[in-house]
Amino acid sequence: MIEAIKVENVSKHYGACVALDHISLGVQPGEIYGLIGPDGAGKTTLFRILVTLLLPDNGKALVEGLDVARDYMAIRRNIGYMPGRFSLYQDLTVAENLDFFATMFGTSVAENYQNIKEIYAQIEPFRDRRAGQLSGGMKQKLALCCALVHRPSVLFLDEPTTGVDAVSRKDFWNMLYRIRKAGVTILVSTPYMDEASLCDRISLIQKGRIIKTGTPEEIVAQYPHRLFGVSGNPAYPLLKFLRRSPNVLRCFSFGSEHHVAVSPGQTGREDLLKQIQDAGFRNVTVREINPNIEDCFMELAKEEGQKS
Amino acid sequence: MKEFFSFIKKEFQHIFRDKRTILIVLVMPIVQIILFGFAVSTEVHNARVDIVGDSQDPAVRQIAERIEQNPYLHVTAVYESASAVSERFRKGKADVAVCFERNFDERLRHYGKASVRLLGDGSDPNTAQVIVNYVNGVLSEVQADLNNSGGTRQATFPHVQYMYNPAMLSSYNFVPGVMGLILMLVCSMMTAISIVREKESGTMELLLVSPMRPVGVIISKAIPYLVLSLVNLATILLLSRFVLGVPLRGNLLLLLGISVLFILASLGVGLLISVISATQKTALLISGMGLTMPTMIFSGIIFPCESMPVILQYVSDIIPAKWYVIMVKKVMIEGVGVTYIYGEFLILLAMTIFLLAISVRLFKRRL
Repeated sequence: MIEAIKVENVSKHYGACVALDHISLGVQPGEIYGLIGPDGAGKTTLFRILVTLLLPDNGKALVEGLDVARDYMAIRRNIGYMPGRFSLYQDLTVAENLDFFATMFGTSVAENYQNIKEIYAQIEPFRDRRAGQLSGGMKQKLALCCALVHRPSVLFLDEPTTGVDAVSRKDFWNMLYRIRKAGVTILVSTPYMDEASLCDRISLIQKGRIIKTGTPEEIVAQYPHRLFGVSGNPAYPLLKFLRRSPNVLRCFSFGSEHHVAVSPGQTGREDLLKQIQDAGFRNVTVREINPNIEDCFMELAKEEGQKS
Repeated sequence: MKEFFSFIKKEFQHIFRDKRTILIVLVMPIVQIILFGFAVSTEVHNARVDIVGDSQDPAVRQIAERIEQNPYLHVTAVYESASAVSERFRKGKADVAVCFERNFDERLRHYGKASVRLLGDGSDPNTAQVIVNYVNGVLSEVQADLNNSGGTRQATFPHVQYMYNPAMLSSYNFVPGVMGLILMLVCSMMTAISIVREKESGTMELLLVSPMRPVGVIISKAIPYLVLSLVNLATILLLSRFVLGVPLRGNLLLLLGISVLFILASLGVGLLISVISATQKTALLISGMGLTMPTMIFSGIIFPCESMPVILQYVSDIIPAKWYVIMVKKVMIEGVGVTYIYGEFLILLAMTIFLLAISVRLFKRRL
C-alpha cells in the first residue's frame, strides 16, 4: 500500500540555522498523524515542504506518491492546507471567503456542500459577517471549511488549535474524526501535548529532529521510570529540593503538582513521602501516576540533549 | 476562467471595502489635479508695479498706461525717486519697480535711446522673474509700436513668444506630469501593496498552494488596478479639459494607447516592488521614496530635465514617467501624430516588456 505521506531524510537550513535535521516519517492513508513539539521545533518548515511551498535542501518528500519538488502542481490539486496563522481574507465575509477558495480550486460550494456541511452548518448563521470579526473558534472552523471545500485527499493542519478555547478544541477534534471517516489522511501539528493522545500515531519533534515515533500508547508504555505526582507547601522550594535529591531522576512542575521520576524498584512512595516530610514541607501528598505524552517528551528530549 | 473572475471580484471587494484605498485610488487623483491646476501655479496675477520717474513725461505715461492695461499687472504708485523702492519692497507694497531715467521722452526722441531699469523683488526669485518677464513683454510691445510709427530708429529687443501656450499657463505643464504621477502611484504602489498584503496576512501561502498558476495570480491582481487607472485617466482628462481648460489637440485614441502602455509599465514596477519587499511598510517606503520622488523630480513635472547636471539627466532616462510625460505633452498640447513620438514610444515599450518579464520571472511559485 502506498503511503499517503513519505518523508525520507529531509533537511532544511535557513542560513546557519538548521530547521530540519534528517527527518524521516511515513503516514498511512486515512490516519490522523500528529507532529508534536514545542515552538521552533521545525513543524511549520516540514509542513511547508510537504505542501510544496518550500524545497528541501536534501532528502525526498512524497505526498500520495508524488514528489514535492517535481510534481508540485499535481500535489497542489489534491491537498488541503490550513496554515498556522489565520490566513483568510479578513475583509471578506464568511460566505465570500468560502466561495473564493472553492473557485480557486476549481469547484463550487454547492457542489461540495455535503463535504463541509457538518462544519459549515455551525458558522452558516454568520455567513454575512466579515471573517475578521469572527471569534477564534469560528475563524478556525471557517479555515477548515476552506481547506476542505475541494475534497482533498490529504489534509495538512499546522497548529490548528493554537489560540482556541478548550471547548472549541474538543469540537475541532471531533470534526477531524468525522473527516477521517471519509478516508482523508490528516497530518496535524500541535504544541499541546494533551492533544497527542487524540492522534492515531505521533512523532515527537524537537530542534528539527524526530525523537520518537509511534502510537501514543506505545510511547507512553516505553516510559522507563516510575512516576509520582507530588504536591506540598511551599511549592517552589519543594521543586528545588526534589531536583537536588539524589534518588530523583527528573522533576518537572505540572500545574499544581510536581511530576517526579524515580528508578523503578529503588525508591517507593513511602520513601519519597518520608524524605519530603523530613525536610519540613507541609501538606505533602505523593501518589503514583501514569506518565502522559508530556512526561515522555520531557524524558526523550533530555536523553536527546545528553546524547548530543 | 472562473478562477480569474472570482479573483478579480475579490480584488475589487478589497479595494471598495477599504476607505484608505478608495481615498488613494479614486479621490487623490481628483484632488491632485485640482491642486496642481489651481493652487500650485507659477502664474502671477495682479502683480503690483511701481513707476519711478517723471509722471509728466509723455513716454512714461504712455508706458504706464500700457502696463495698467495688461491683465496680469497693475500700477500701484508713481513717484520720482528710486530710493523709495526698497522701502516699498520691504513693506510688501510692490512687486516690481520700473525706473525711467530723467527726460525719458526727450532722450527717446532725440537720441533714439533711453534707458529703463527694472527692479524686481529678488527675495522670491521665481515670482520676480515671471513678473519681470511680463513687464519686459509690455516694454517690447511699446518699442515695436514706436518702430512702426516710423519715428527715429530704435534698437530692437529680442521678442519671445511661446507657441502652443502663449499665456504660459502652468497647467499645460502640470497636467501631463500629474497624469504620469497618478498613474504611476495607483498602479505601482497599489499593486505592490495588495500583493505584499497577501504575503503578510499569509493568504499568499494559500494562493500558492492552490492550483492557480502564479501568472494567473499576477494577471488577476493587475486587472483591477488597470481598470481603476483607466477610470482615473478619464477623470483627469475631463477635469483638465473642462475645468482647467487644457486643450486636447491630438488624437484621443493615441493618447489612450500610450497611457495603457505606461499603465502596464507601472504595473511591472509594482510587481517588481512586491517581489522584493516582505512587508507593506517596505513596499510603501520603496514606492514612496524610490518611485514617487524620482518620478516627480526627474520626469520634468517640476524641474526641467534640461537644466540638470548631465549625470542626473542620464538617471532621468530610466524613469518611465519621463517618456510618458514627453509623449503626453506632444500629443495633448502640440497635437502631433504618432510619427513624432515613436522614439519615446519604443523606449517605453522596451521598458514595459523588460519590467513585466523580469517581475513575472522573479515572482516566486514557492515561499
